[in-house]
Amino acid sequence: MANKLISEMGLPKSIGNIFAARNIITTKDALSLTEFELMELLDVGLAEVMCAVALISEIASPPYQTVQSLLEQRMQNEYLRGHLPTHLKGLDAALSGGIPFGALTELVGPAGIGKTQFCLKISLLATLPSCYGGLDGHVIYIDVESKFSSRRLIEIGLNSFPEIFCLEGMAKEMAGRITVLRPGSLTEFTESLQKIKVSILQHQVKLLIIDSMAALVSGEYEQGPPRQHPLGWHISLIKSLAEFSRIPVVMTNQVRSRSASEITQYSFQVESRTGAIEDTANFDSHLVAALGIHWAHAVTIRLVLESRSGQRFIKVAKSPMSPPLAFPFEVTSSGILLLNDDGVEMAGPQINAIDHQGHSDIICHRDER
Amino acid sequence: MVTDLLYNPGPNTIHGISRLRGGGKIESQREPVRSRRAREMEVLRLPLSASQKGRLISAGYTSIASLSSISPSQLALELKISETEVLEILKTASDGSRLESTGSSRTIVHGAQSAWDMLQEEETLVRITTSCADLDYILGGGISCKEVTEIGGVPGIGKTQLGIQLAVNVQIPSDYGGLGGKAVYIDTEGSFMVERALQIAEACSDDMVEYSCLYRKGSQACEVKRQPKDFLENIFYFRVCSYTEQIALINYLEKFITEHKDVKVVIIDSVTFHFRQDFDDMALRTRLLSGMALKLMKLARNFGVAVVLLNQVTTKYSDGSFHLALALGDSWSHASTNRIILHWNGNERYAYIDKSPSLRSASAPYSVTAKGIRNSASNNKRIKHT
Repeated sequence: MANKLISEMGLPKSIGNIFAARNIITTKDALSLTEFELMELLDVGLAEVMCAVALISEIASPPYQTVQSLLEQRMQNEYLRGHLPTHLKGLDAALSGGIPFGALTELVGPAGIGKTQFCLKISLLATLPSCYGGLDGHVIYIDVESKFSSRRLIEIGLNSFPEIFCLEGMAKEMAGRITVLRPGSLTEFTESLQKIKVSILQHQVKLLIIDSMAALVSGEYEQGPPRQHPLGWHISLIKSLAEFSRIPVVMTNQVRSRSASEITQYSFQVESRTGAIEDTANFDSHLVAALGIHWAHAVTIRLVLESRSGQRFIKVAKSPMSPPLAFPFEVTSSGILLLNDDGVEMAGPQINAIDHQGHSDIICHRDER
Repeated sequence: MVTDLLYNPGPNTIHGISRLRGGGKIESQREPVRSRRAREMEVLRLPLSASQKGRLISAGYTSIASLSSISPSQLALELKISETEVLEILKTASDGSRLESTGSSRTIVHGAQSAWDMLQEEETLVRITTSCADLDYILGGGISCKEVTEIGGVPGIGKTQLGIQLAVNVQIPSDYGGLGGKAVYIDTEGSFMVERALQIAEACSDDMVEYSCLYRKGSQACEVKRQPKDFLENIFYFRVCSYTEQIALINYLEKFITEHKDVKVVIIDSVTFHFRQDFDDMALRTRLLSGMALKLMKLARNFGVAVVLLNQVTTKYSDGSFHLALALGDSWSHASTNRIILHWNGNERYAYIDKSPSLRSASAPYSVTAKGIRNSASNNKRIKHT
């Protein structure tokens, strides 16, 4: 609505013409100026300007909904109450049904921990017919790191849903619904996002996966003092994509080691407490998510995958619904499996820590067949 | 600076003082040059269009006093404009300089309030509980109406949770010590979760039943339970997708609240999001932000609503090291009356009062439970969620 034309808002003719004459065409143009700048520019009195701004604002404001009507709408119109089940019982329960539609869900973890495995599994789930608990739709998989493996996809399918995948032609049907895009740079990625916007509406796209977001910017993103964020407007584009087409969006994020100057404290904390500094010293061995705090604010759900003393965990690090839980898991031939559906509640900022110990020893690829 | 002065609907002290000193056409030659210059600029400060100001100045009408004793028709001739336009100019000029002569109370300047009256008003000021007793205690009872409160913190600390909690708590009826108001929730990030709002509303309605059982044995215990549905019915949810929409909506809120008198809290989650991206012109950003801040303060004051702004954090370089700080920069930090920072302290969540004109700086633990914001888990163990 930022680009709504002022000429179509029914302003009094006289003032409408002045806006047009001064090249103030859209709402954005008008509201980027203060009332006094407008007075100077348009050469009209304060009362007229206030009137015009009030009218423009009223028309450009988004409409409201009560939360009750929003809730009813979601309950009635959406399949599975607006969640894509991951088929990991504990995780689904914590997230009240699975990965929510219309929001960004992020997976963070060290290389090889199982992020791509998770993505492959849920893209299969989204393609499954609804009688098997899937969304019966198409999937767009943006594979930046070239890690997508069709063979692995079919393998996971065969092991998790043998009753479907052993049927003649079904494997082809299911895999055919997953479209893989491989953009080479941020610009290409942007172009494909624009195309996706259209095709989501045309085809029955029910899930968007971006693996990984961090790889897109790592080339252009160096450490040091904060500056303009290279992902700036992409964040709002992806968010609006998720929201207006009401599909779940799953993204992965890489990790990097924490640099010495990394901060986790406010200035008032350092002054007042010396004990707190010791606390952070303990965290220094950890990794941090590659995309910084700005990005972390933007995602609605963050799942951290880590390995601690030989055991892999998936942690619900940020979620408006779930308490901070950690579930032990392993990667098997049928994808990620939780060892325990209850989960352990974590205290404090530990939930955000990304541990990476003894990871290389525990790659157990149990073949069940 | 000039625009700030004008923008405030409050008293325009400069004009008042010049009249008090017996300003008028006779100007003392011994006056310091600077103050005479200031008076000559008076016309420039009036909310008139540029061409009108230009005509006034070129015709020699520079001070407001010079306009006070001229007939409209004469002025119209001199300025070569219509008489109706002249009447408007004169009206604006006299509004700008008028003294409150027979004001109802002891105020000297129109629109002002004495500190004593303000104290009386402050004592009747209502507050919205946060549902965490420790946090309410350091806040002097909760988030105060008529003020702008900014709440910031790292991702996942519970900003949105606190926002939803306040949107529900504002509706607690006055029999239960609440405000019985309604809430406006402005979501800029898309992080609002209806299921979560339902959970918090359910918990709040359960708490109210429990309260009436405890404190009013028998008499009113049979009163109808307030349904969670009713809570959700009274939260007006706006989804804002660009900074232009955000500004437009804040301009429009004045009208919206006039139409919906019961609105007692406006929550913006988060005020930062659209302003942190897509801005090359930082000066423009600062201008827009300060304009928005003024409008929000005015809204809070005029309608007695609590304005709660949720803010993100960023890293800031000061004193030779990096620290976490709330986003949008230093000039923005003047925008809110109260500023609360949510942070981790060891394994507990704490709220710290970073800035407040009336509260002492303090911090209190809180926790986020399945029911919403509550006292810290160390006082009130949370049941494990399965």
